[in-house]
Amino acid sequence: MNQALQDRIEAAELRAEPLVFGVGDSVRVHTRVVEGDKERIQVFAGVVIGRRGRGVNETFTVRRISYGEGVERVFPVNSKRIDKVEVERQGRVRRAKLTYLRKRIGKSALAVKEKRRSAASS
Amino acid sequence: MLGLIGKKLGQTRVHDADGNVVSVTVVQAGPNHVLQVKTPARDGYSAVQLGFDAQKEQRLSKPLAGHLKKNGGAIVKRLREFRDFAVDVKPGDVVGPALFEIGDFVDAIGITKGRGFQGVVKRHGFGGGPSSHGSKGWHRRPGAIGCRTWPGWIRPGMTMPGHMGQVRRTVQNLEIMRVDETDQLLLIKGAIPGAPGDYVIIRESKKVPKPLAQKRRAEREAERQAALEAQAKAKEKGKGKARGRK
Repeated sequence: MNQALQDRIEAAELRAEPLVFGVGDSVRVHTRVVEGDKERIQVFAGVVIGRRGRGVNETFTVRRISYGEGVERVFPVNSKRIDKVEVERQGRVRRAKLTYLRKRIGKSALAVKEKRRSAASS
Repeated sequence: MLGLIGKKLGQTRVHDADGNVVSVTVVQAGPNHVLQVKTPARDGYSAVQLGFDAQKEQRLSKPLAGHLKKNGGAIVKRLREFRDFAVDVKPGDVVGPALFEIGDFVDAIGITKGRGFQGVVKRHGFGGGPSSHGSKGWHRRPGAIGCRTWPGWIRPGMTMPGHMGQVRRTVQNLEIMRVDETDQLLLIKGAIPGAPGDYVIIRESKKVPKPLAQKRRAEREAERQAALEAQAKAKEKGKGKARGRK
């Protein structure tokens, strides 16, 4: 399969409006959860610690501390189950993957500096 | 039984109706030229002969060239007969992925990738021996293959090392996820035997033929509608009351 054809097939699977957020941002991911025959929105809030892959395979990882335990969830960027992603605060980071947050304990565990310029503008 | 000759192109991922990510195999399944329609009256059975993929004319044998010329003039590489074709066609017609629709089930037949001469661990899933703990040169061997003085011979069909792959295999009951008529593509859920570029036969599923698939789809749709209605009703009822969360 040539790339052009693959792109054409996959174009239909990508979301129309891209999710705008960066690594280090604190986000609230709204996911559609189907329970029985009912659908509701569940929010997973945390820090984006990485983004990987391209096209239909692109995913991002959100880390949060839940009841004292670190929890990470990987979301496909183009999942139809993701309703929206709210950015609560933009982080200023110098790395593409924030794996260093994993070994941190307590207050520093999710401490990512806020982005200065963008924070002022938003 | 409906069927098409196709070419496996590769794999990708798409979303199903519920938003789940599903891995699919992309198969170019057209144009398929109808070359011959066999009837019980003349041939003793009912079938349709299809041809697929362009071929250079000089590569045809004379008998085949004559046969193709007589039946529409399409110059094709692959021929294949499908018995009891459910759609009415005549020689010269072109059929393609449109024979199937989303939610139909198909069987995919192809030649698996050749893996060469393989040992029993890969070929037959034997356990082999331990990698360490004092194991001396007994890692991936088959072990004993027979008994003792009695019966004094090895049972026929004993699984042993040998050539693996490059055999015809059928994968049954694969769901059609997408039908793309402009590019003549079928996107079929799951994996299909063979390497990209190999020819595959896509035929209507033997276990879930089209009418059955249609019936199941209709049932599911009705169920979904009923659920939606029930939900709407419940909403209407609860509208007056305060919506307290637990």
